[in-house]
Amino acid sequence: MVGGEELKGQHGQRLKIGVLALQGAVVEHCRMLESLGVIVVEVRLPEHLKLLDGLIIPGGESTSMGLIAERWGLIEPLRSWVQSGRPTWGICAGMILLAERIEDQKQGGQPSIGGMDIEVNRNYFGRQINSFETMLNIDDFYESEKPYQAVFIRAPIITEVSDGVKILASLTNGLDGKLIVAARQKLMMVTAFHPELTDDLRWHQLFLNMVHESRAT
Amino acid sequence: MCVEITKNDSDQIKSGTCQVKSGFAQMLKGGVIMDVVNVEQAQIAEEAGACAVMALERVPADIRKDGGVARMSDPSMIKKIINAVSIPVMAKARIGHFVEAQILQSLGVDCIDESEVLTPADEVHHINKSKFDVPFVCGACNLGEALRRLAEGAVMIRTKGEAGTGNIIEAVRHARAINASIRQLQSMDENELFAFAKECRAPYELVQQTAKLGRLPVVNFAAGGIAIPADAALMMQLGMDGVFVGSGIFKSGDPAKRAKAIVQATTHFNDAKLLAEVSAELGDPMVGINIDVLTNQDRFSQRGW
Repeated sequence: MVGGEELKGQHGQRLKIGVLALQGAVVEHCRMLESLGVIVVEVRLPEHLKLLDGLIIPGGESTSMGLIAERWGLIEPLRSWVQSGRPTWGICAGMILLAERIEDQKQGGQPSIGGMDIEVNRNYFGRQINSFETMLNIDDFYESEKPYQAVFIRAPIITEVSDGVKILASLTNGLDGKLIVAARQKLMMVTAFHPELTDDLRWHQLFLNMVHESRAT
Repeated sequence: MCVEITKNDSDQIKSGTCQVKSGFAQMLKGGVIMDVVNVEQAQIAEEAGACAVMALERVPADIRKDGGVARMSDPSMIKKIINAVSIPVMAKARIGHFVEAQILQSLGVDCIDESEVLTPADEVHHINKSKFDVPFVCGACNLGEALRRLAEGAVMIRTKGEAGTGNIIEAVRHARAINASIRQLQSMDENELFAFAKECRAPYELVQQTAKLGRLPVVNFAAGGIAIPADAALMMQLGMDGVFVGSGIFKSGDPAKRAKAIVQATTHFNDAKLLAEVSAELGDPMVGINIDVLTNQDRFSQRGW
């Protein structure tokens, strides 16, 4: 893992990262990415996906995002983006949209992108009064000895992972054993919690490292 | 100002913190929160892409028409809506009625609107919102009012507008007033900030923080009078983070279609071509009321202290 300075670009080129801007915590990611020196593009229509190095699907309401994406023909382009193996990071609602299988979804189903071999349970912890923050230790970070403050808002969890999915973080819960809350498969990463609600840039740096990896190959 | 209340949580898991409460509001950004009075309407709202619903017994237009005292909704109705949709459910408590708020929190409502649309229960005190684990949203006409609500523990602000009129003029007035005051703050020195805080009865720290950020330190939505997609886009272009639509949807000719159009307009608020597309063939909008025919007593936005 590398530190902050090396992330500002490879061969002098600045990275261009898209943030899906249909609904949710968009500007928070934009501010953090800008502070890391990358060019940020708000993605609202299919043409905005062109020439991006990576894509963040932020937290918000997964049904809202899915329905708005569907209205403007954005679901298929997003699916082919993910299937072509481009770097993608889904947070909370974004994790639900990227999951192959969803439990506890809206009656009648909801539009989804898929691509990541995981099963998620939407709103696993219950309602907003059950939302919480907690400290996690993330081995994949630089400065991994420094605990990470994870904020969970009506959060989903990962209930099942296939081979090839690496678990990045889990919660220990007395009743249910270990709950998976962050994972990675190839160049796809998902977190059930919200790094954009804190000042800690390490998840964004981890994602930008992934983007660099994809450009190097 | 969000004040942490010490609770019996274990060291590992902390709920009801400022970050957890204001984080909830941040997830609503760019979205539309719709007033609904039953399960059927809640499902129409969810299907249209609403980011949350506000469960209430009567929409503001009917509260206005019926008169009488408007109170918290029937818990059984709120519960039914909570069970019917997967998106967050909000509900309204009267200004100062902290017991209504306690009841709503116990029902599992995701956010409480301490609302001037209901008849106020206290003419001096607002609810001490810091004491609750559930987040609160409050209305404001100007920056001082917004900051006073934050001092009491609200984690989200909305313009008051003039609910139930289908007339956007008051929401625009409130949004512009807040924007203008923030721009003034940014050019003030420390002494002037002290004077401003004193004048608007808001904590100095919040005034200072707002001046430094150049925006409210919390999510700020538009509410009160939004009736067509262009109203939603107007409020977004004025810098609001999202919109509440009360009577505008279910008092119109084709609620499902209008609800979808307002959701799309809130996302694509800067794209006139797409706005034209979503605004077409929506059927009749709610009729609406001109504000100048309302007496002061009929103006909900005058409530709150």
